Amino acid sequence: MDRLDELESQSIYIIREAYYHYKKLAVLWSIGKDSTTLVWLCRKAFFGKIPFRALHIDTGYKFPDMYKFRDEYSKKWGMDLVVSRNEEAIAAGMGPEKKLECCTVLKTQGLKLAIAKHGFEALLLGIRRDEHGIRAKERYFSPRDEKFQWDYQDQPPELWDQYKNQAEEKTHIRVHPLLHWTEKDIWYYIKREQIPITHLYFSKEGKRYRSIGCTPCCNPVESTAANVDEIIQELETTNTSERAGRAQDKENVYTMQKLRALGYM
Amino acid sequence: MRENLKFVAVGHVDHGKSTLIGRLLYDTNSLPPDKMEEVRSMSESSDGVPEFAFVMDHLEEERNNRITIDTAQIFFDTAQRSYTIIDAPGHKQFLKNMITGSTQAEAALLLIDAEEGLREQTHRHAYMLSLLGIKQLMVVINKMDLVDFSQERFTELSQQITKRLGEFGMEVAPEMIIPISARLGDNVAGPSDKFSWHEGMTLLQALDQLQPAVTAENGPLRFPIQDIYDVDGEKVLAGRIVSGTVRQGQNIMFHPCGKSATVDHIKDFPTKKESAGAGESIGLVIRDGIALKALRRGQVACEIEPSPQVGNTVVATVFWMNGEPLQKGDTLDFKCATQQVSCKVKKITDRLNSSTLEILDGDADQLGETEVARLTLKLSDYICTDPFESIAEMGRFVLMRDTNTVAGGVLH
Repeated sequence: MDRLDELESQSIYIIREAYYHYKKLAVLWSIGKDSTTLVWLCRKAFFGKIPFRALHIDTGYKFPDMYKFRDEYSKKWGMDLVVSRNEEAIAAGMGPEKKLECCTVLKTQGLKLAIAKHGFEALLLGIRRDEHGIRAKERYFSPRDEKFQWDYQDQPPELWDQYKNQAEEKTHIRVHPLLHWTEKDIWYYIKREQIPITHLYFSKEGKRYRSIGCTPCCNPVESTAANVDEIIQELETTNTSERAGRAQDKENVYTMQKLRALGYM
Repeated sequence: MRENLKFVAVGHVDHGKSTLIGRLLYDTNSLPPDKMEEVRSMSESSDGVPEFAFVMDHLEEERNNRITIDTAQIFFDTAQRSYTIIDAPGHKQFLKNMITGSTQAEAALLLIDAEEGLREQTHRHAYMLSLLGIKQLMVVINKMDLVDFSQERFTELSQQITKRLGEFGMEVAPEMIIPISARLGDNVAGPSDKFSWHEGMTLLQALDQLQPAVTAENGPLRFPIQDIYDVDGEKVLAGRIVSGTVRQGQNIMFHPCGKSATVDHIKDFPTKKESAGAGESIGLVIRDGIALKALRRGQVACEIEPSPQVGNTVVATVFWMNGEPLQKGDTLDFKCATQQVSCKVKKITDRLNSSTLEILDGDADQLGETEVARLTLKLSDYICTDPFESIAEMGRFVLMRDTNTVAGGVLH
C-alpha cells in the first residue's frame, strides 16, 4: 500500500464506523475540494451509493460555479441532497459586512437549523489538521453539546481505531474522516482518482482560489496553476498557508478558536 | 508521493516539546510567512528569539498559561521524507491526551531537560510508550545551553535514561540520544560548534534513521467485520484487514462463531479484486450462505490456522485514564477491533504507579487515574483475540463507561 492507499483506507474505515453507529448521519458538502473528496470516499465506502444524506449549508453568498457544480454532481452521483439556508437571517439583512457574525449566523446557525429540522445525530466533515492550528487539535469523533459548543479543554480520549460510538442526549457528533490528510495529499488523490472539482481552483488571468467559501470573504492567490498537475507542482514549492485568502482566519489570532468553540466547522 | 513517518514528542512539562517542534518547522522552512509573522508578533521574549511554542500551542488558554493542553498534529518535510509530528502535553492531568497522541504514532521522541533531568512525566511517558508497544525511540537532551553544553551532564543523563528504559524492556540505541538546544537551534537541523565533543547525529539526521511501520501482510489473516451491506442484492462484509491477506477461493473461518466459508470475491469500487492485504478497507463476498446468517459486526474472518484465542475471560494490562476511579465489580463496555461486549471487573492485581513503577497493591479494590494494573475481566459473550505482540489490532482494547473511553489495555 502506498501513502494514498493508507489515507483512503483509514478514511473509509472512519466513514463506515460513523454509519454503523449513527444512522441519522449526513455528509456536509461545501462543494470545495476537501468535502468533494469526502463525498468521493463515501461513494467508495458504500460501493457507489451513499446511504445517507448530503447537506449543503448555503449562505446565499457562494460562487455561481459552486451552485452549478453542486447541481450537476449531486444528480450524477445519485446523492440525496439537502440544501439548508438561514432564510430568516438572510431576509433580515445578514451579510458579510457584519464579518464574523455573518459566519456564525449563516453557517453555524444554518447548520443548527438543519440539524434541528432533520434530526441528524452525526455529521461527516472534511476538515484537516494541517489547515489550522485549532483543527490540529481535533479528534476523529468529536462531540458537540446542545449549545453546539466544543469543549476543547476536555476532549475525550481516542485510542487507536476505537471511536466514540454513542452520543449523549442533545448532542451531535462531528466526524472528521480527512483529519490526517494534508492539502497536498488531497491534490495527489484528486489526480489519482480523477475526482471532478470546481474550476475556481484553476488559474484564470494569473489568479486562482486555493480555498473557497463565500464570494465576499475569499480572495484568489497569485498563481498560474491551471490544472491539477500544476497545482501539485505549485504546492511542492510554496510556503504560503492554504487559508491565507480566508477572512475569518485573519480577524484576530483566536478568531478561529472562538468560531469553532461556538460550533463553526 | 513521498514516504511519511508519524512520531510523537513526549516528556515532562516544560522540557520543551512545543518549542522543539516550532524550531523544527522553522529550521526546515516549513512555516508559512504569515504564521511566522504571527509567532513573532505574539511573542514577548525580549532577546529576539521567537517563542516557538506558539506554533503548536494554539488555544488562547495554552498560550496565556504557556502549557500544552491537548495533543495536536503538524506536518513537515525533510530531504528524505515527510513527517507528521504529534505533540503531546506534559502535564499529568492531560495524560489521556498524551496517550491519544501516542496511539497514532510509529515512533517516539522523548525529551529531557538537561538542567532538570528525569522527572515524574519523563518516567511515566516512557513507561506508557512501552505499554503501547512503541519500540522505536529516540531521546533528546534539550536545553543544553543551560548546562554550558556539558558533555559530562549529557553522559550522566544518557546513562540514567538508558538504565530506566531497560527496567521495562525498552531500548534506545546510544547514537539515538541527541544533545540539543531547541530554543537556540543547536544541533537540531545542523551541527553546532558548541558541541565539539558530540560526534553523532543532529536531531534531523537521527529522525531520518527511524523506520516507518510495516503493514502486517505476512501475518495470519484477520478481518474483523465492521458492517454488512446489501449491495445490488449481494451481502457484502465490510471491514479492514488488520493482518494477512485474503484471496478469491480461500477457505476461511469466522471467530468467535466458528463457522467456515469460502471467499467468492473481494469487492472494491468501481471494480473487483482477486486479493487484498493488511491495511486495506474492502468488501468481502462469501460463497456459503449458511455461515452468512450467523454473521454480524464483531465476527472476525480468520486463517484456518493459526486461529485466534476464543474465550469469555481476559487477563490484561490496563491503564486508567478517568478522574473517577475504577472499582472492583464495576461493569463496563469492552471494545477490541470491532467486537463490543460488556464486562465485569473480577480482580485488580499489581496496581502500579506508572511513574515510579512502585507496586501499590498486590490485590486492589480500585484503580485511579494514570495508574496501571492487571485486570481480570469476565465478558458477557465470547470474543476472539491474539497476543498484542503478534497482532496488535487483535490484542489491544478500550474500556468504556457510559459513553466515554476510560481505559486502554493490552493482552499478552
